[in-house]
This record gives sequence, C-alpha cells and structure tokens, in this order.
Amino acid sequence: MPELVITVARFGFLVLLWIFVFTVVGVIRRDLFAGARSGRLVAAPRSVGASTGQATARPAKVKRGRAAHQLVVTAGQLAGTRITLGEAQITIGRAEDSTLVITDDYASARHARLVPRDGQWFVEDLGSTNGTYLDRAKVTGPTPVPLGVPIRIGRTSLELRP
Amino acid sequence: MTAAATPASSPVNAGERPGTRLARSRRNAELSLLVLAMVLVAAYGAMVEANVLDTITPTFWVPAAALSAVFLGMHLVIRFLAPFADPALLPAVALLNGLGVGFLHRLDLAQATPAERAELATFAGIGGRQLAWTLVSVILAAGLLALMRDHRSVSRYSYTLGLAGIVLVMLPAVLPASISEINGAKLWVRVGGFSIQPGEFAKLALLVFFAYYLVRKREVLSLASHRFLGIDFPRGRDLGPVLVVWAISLLVLVFEKDLGTSLLYFGMFVVTLYIATERVSWLLIGLVLFFGGAYLAYVLGEAVGGPFANFYLRAEIWLDPFGDPYDKGYQLVQGLLALGTGGLFGAGPGGGQPLLLPEVQNDFIFAGIGEEIGLFGLSALLVIYLLIVERGLRAALAVRDSFGKLLAGGLAFTLALQVFVIVGGISGLIPLTGQTTPFLSAGGSSLMANWLLIAVLLRVSDAGRRPVTGVGGKLSRPAGGPPEQLHGAPTEVIRP
Repeated sequence: MPELVITVARFGFLVLLWIFVFTVVGVIRRDLFAGARSGRLVAAPRSVGASTGQATARPAKVKRGRAAHQLVVTAGQLAGTRITLGEAQITIGRAEDSTLVITDDYASARHARLVPRDGQWFVEDLGSTNGTYLDRAKVTGPTPVPLGVPIRIGRTSLELRP
Repeated sequence: MTAAATPASSPVNAGERPGTRLARSRRNAELSLLVLAMVLVAAYGAMVEANVLDTITPTFWVPAAALSAVFLGMHLVIRFLAPFADPALLPAVALLNGLGVGFLHRLDLAQATPAERAELATFAGIGGRQLAWTLVSVILAAGLLALMRDHRSVSRYSYTLGLAGIVLVMLPAVLPASISEINGAKLWVRVGGFSIQPGEFAKLALLVFFAYYLVRKREVLSLASHRFLGIDFPRGRDLGPVLVVWAISLLVLVFEKDLGTSLLYFGMFVVTLYIATERVSWLLIGLVLFFGGAYLAYVLGEAVGGPFANFYLRAEIWLDPFGDPYDKGYQLVQGLLALGTGGLFGAGPGGGQPLLLPEVQNDFIFAGIGEEIGLFGLSALLVIYLLIVERGLRAALAVRDSFGKLLAGGLAFTLALQVFVIVGGISGLIPLTGQTTPFLSAGGSSLMANWLLIAVLLRVSDAGRRPVTGVGGKLSRPAGGPPEQLHGAPTEVIRP
C-alpha cells in the first residue's frame, strides 16, 4: 500500500467519524435545545405567581381557528412534558393507566379528561375531589379549551399548544 | 432572558412547531445513519488490513457485512415494535459496537502468524467471538423489546428484580476465589468455559427497583427536610435507604475488590434519588459518603491490609504510576504511553502497537483504540457516548410517567458513569478499576447487559415520542388503533 493512500485514508476515516457525529447531531438537533428552560426531569412545583403571570400574558396570544397539536404541562412535577395530540381522548389522573399520570397530592385517580370534537378539545371533570379549573373557572360540564389557557389540576397546569 | 413580551420562550417555541412533525417516527433517518455507521465500520476494517497486512484482502467486508445484517434486523424490529423510538440510539450504539469488533479483529490479525491469518474465520478469535456475542446481544435486545410492550409493566416485578439484583451483586463475593476472581477482582462467575459478570446484569435489575421504590417514596424524601446553609437536607430517618446502598457498595468494594463497580452502584442510586427529589443535598451527601468511604478504605488498606489492600494498591498506582513502571504500574503506564503515542491524530487504524498493552481487549481497549485514532478520533467516540446518554435523558424528559422518567434517566446516567469510570481510569484521572468500556470491550456479559439497557431506553423513548392513541369512543375516531397505552382502562360511560 502506498504511504500516501494510507495517510489519506487515515485522516479520511477521522473526518468520516466526525461527519457521523454531526449527522447524528443534525438528526436530533430539533429537540436538543427544545424545552431547555423546562428541561428538568422532575420539576419542582412552580410558584403560583409565575403561572398566573403566564396566564395573564397568554390570552393576547390566543389565535382562534388554529388547531391544538400538543398538550404541554407547564407547572407541577411533570412540567415540561409534552403530549402530541391525536384523535383520542386524554385521561388525566393518578391512576397508572391514565394517559397522563400525575403524581399530585391534590389530584384524583381519574381526575379529568380531554376529548376532541370537530377539532375542538373539551375538558371534562370526572368527578374529582378537588375539581378541575380552566384558568380560574371551575369546570362543571364539558368545556371547550382555547389554546394557551391553563387547565389546573391540583398543583399541575396544562395547556394546549398549536 | 425571557422578557414579558415573549412569555415562556422555550415552551412556546417548541409549541409553535407543528405537532405532526414531532409525531414522525424518523425510522428512515435511523436507517440512513445506520448505513453511514456501517460504512465507517467497513472502512475501519479495510484500513486495519491495509496497515497490518499491507494489503486489503477480498474478504475484509465480511465482519462489517455480518454486523450490518444484525443491526438491520434490529432496525426492522424497532420499525415494527417501537416505531417512535429515538432514531439516534441504534446507529450510535451500532458504530461503537462495530468499531469494537473491528478493533478486536485487528488484535487477532496482529497476533496471528501469516499462515494463520488466511485461516482466520469470521467467528474465530476474540474479534469473531465478539461478533457472535453481538449477534446474541442484539437478539436479546430485540426479544426484550418484543416482551416489554410497555415499560411500566416492568414495575410489577420490581421487588423480584431488586432481590435478583442484590443476589447477582453478592454472588461473586461469596463464591470462592477460584471461581470468581480474575486479575484480582472478584467480579466473575466461571461456569465451564464461560465467565459471566453478574454485576453487569445486576445494575439493570437494581435500577428498575430503585426507580420503583423512589416513585413510591419520593414525596416524603423531597418534602420532609430541614434547611441548612441554603440547602435542604433530608431528615435523619429518611437517610436509611441511601445508607443501606452505601453499605452494600462498600461491601462490594471490600469483598469484590473493585472500586468501579462500587462507585457505579452507589452513583446510580444517588443520582436516581436526585432525579426523583431534585434535592442537591442528596448529591452532596452521596459524594461525601463515597469519598469518605474510599478514603477510609485507603487508610485501612495502608494500615491493616487484608481485604483493603487491593484498593490501597490501586490508589498508590494512580497517585504515582511511574513509581514502579515495570511491575505494579506497568498496565497504566503502557496505557498512558499508548495514548501519548497516538497524539492528536493517531497512528492510523492498524498502525499502533496494542499488543504491548496488558488487557487491551478489555479494560484498556480505549487506550488501544486511542493509540490508533488519536485524540481527534477518541473525542468523536466520547461525543457518541455523550449523544447516547443525551438521548436517554431526553427519553426520560419526554416520557409521561414518573417510573419511566426515573428508569430512563437512571439508565442513561449509569452508562455515562461507566464510561467515566473506565476512561477516567485509563487516563489516570481516577484510580483504575476493572470496568468494561460499554459496547467496545470484549465480553459477552457487558455487551448483553448494555444492549438490554439500550432496548429499555428505546422502549421508553418510544413511549415518550408516540402520539397519544387511546380508547376509541363516540367522541373520538372509532377504531383509532389498538389502545396500547390504556389497555387496563376501565370501561367508561361517555356522557353526551
């Protein structure tokens, strides 16, 4: 083997190795930095002030007519968790078989559920002990959920995002 | 960073991305990354032959092709069983595993005489055995993916697994040294021609137990505390479990004579505890306990000897490797020299002298590879480990139940800690211990355990990234696919 070929191959291999690394980074780039602020594995409950601050700022950003694609937990132990919404209902509660299992002292086993109907999501309380709140109002029947308005269950807050 | 004008920047930014993009399975990206990884493995094999044999034989591609077939099989299994699993995990692990097989094959070539080289079959030598072990491990990982359709189902067996883990940890310690001791570390069980390292499997079993236990207990561990120096310290009575694990890890240190394994178990528990409670104080308590214990073992080893002597010796070598470079410090010194010889760009695959390194196929594989690909290549390998760990932690972030979070986070951290312990050991940062380098070192136990670990991470990341499918009702689309997440849900009356 000529020395030149070996040398070129040697450096070529190292370059290819790094190309692999950067290709992997390229594939996962999208969610490398996403949710960096809420990137804690199991977040501590956020202060009430912070979440109400978000809630008052948010309605200005609500755009009617945009479909919700994600359910985001904004406060509570699961803060930062995202669920990509499909066409199935989402059950929320402490029961292990819930879609979103929340370990929240103030949540019931089967606390609430989110149901889609004609592209609009409705929140419905399933007879929980401490109640479900849409922003400040207690949810009594199936209630349409606008984008970005917090659903409060115990210490946990959830929002629909486009 | 975030002004009132842009409320909650990152969640909103993430939210602006269409949900449909997040729901893509990205299996094709995985496939193309896998092809790239296998091209790298084949190129490595070719260069090894060019350097060692001075020619490229017509069969240089056989190991790479065999590996490609195995990993493509795994890719297909993932496509069907965990379609939303993380796309970066499999290719990254496949590359490390492939380079490991390539390097071990290179050792075979260097050891064989020219006559033997022609005879060297695909599954002969340590490289061939590693290839066979890879096949077995990948099949096991695929089997685990098939058996465990929901990672939460493992939590049912957590106490059984916890007990099994402790038995596996303790097994080499209680067995006679003739069965369990290799190179001064009692970590093995030798049965017939095989030697198994039960501790490798114990870490998986123990982690399932830790995750389950902490999901149950984390409220009391994180809420009951008193504040001191700005850090929340837990109550004395809540320290019980961490002290028990600490004692077990010290027993491992003393009776199995292995600092790395002991550090691994203890670190695993402390970090899972930290993830569960988010209390920095646990990390501080853990570090103080571990360093205190290790220092005590060092002092006792100097004064008393006996079971502590091995640790004392290792620490002495670490403090001054060149003090006795031809006897006690020989291995570490040779490793450091190999890394130094490699320099920035290395001698080229096949161009080094790895046979001068004792245990180059196991503990010192990183130094052996480092001599040939240099700092530039080694840092690429370390970044690949980092990416695997990052994907594991990301899976922990994405998954929706606390058990899965703790399991994935703990597993990812365990992998990181193991890489740290061995790479730190061979580069002289910490006392050298007999840990295997995940996916690179020769050895079936380590390879199997680490592939099972990856299978669990794949399963958890699949659960985290999968778009929600639920029980089809009147309100949602009927026949909305099998209700995988909600198989145990009771029938509900849907009110109009």
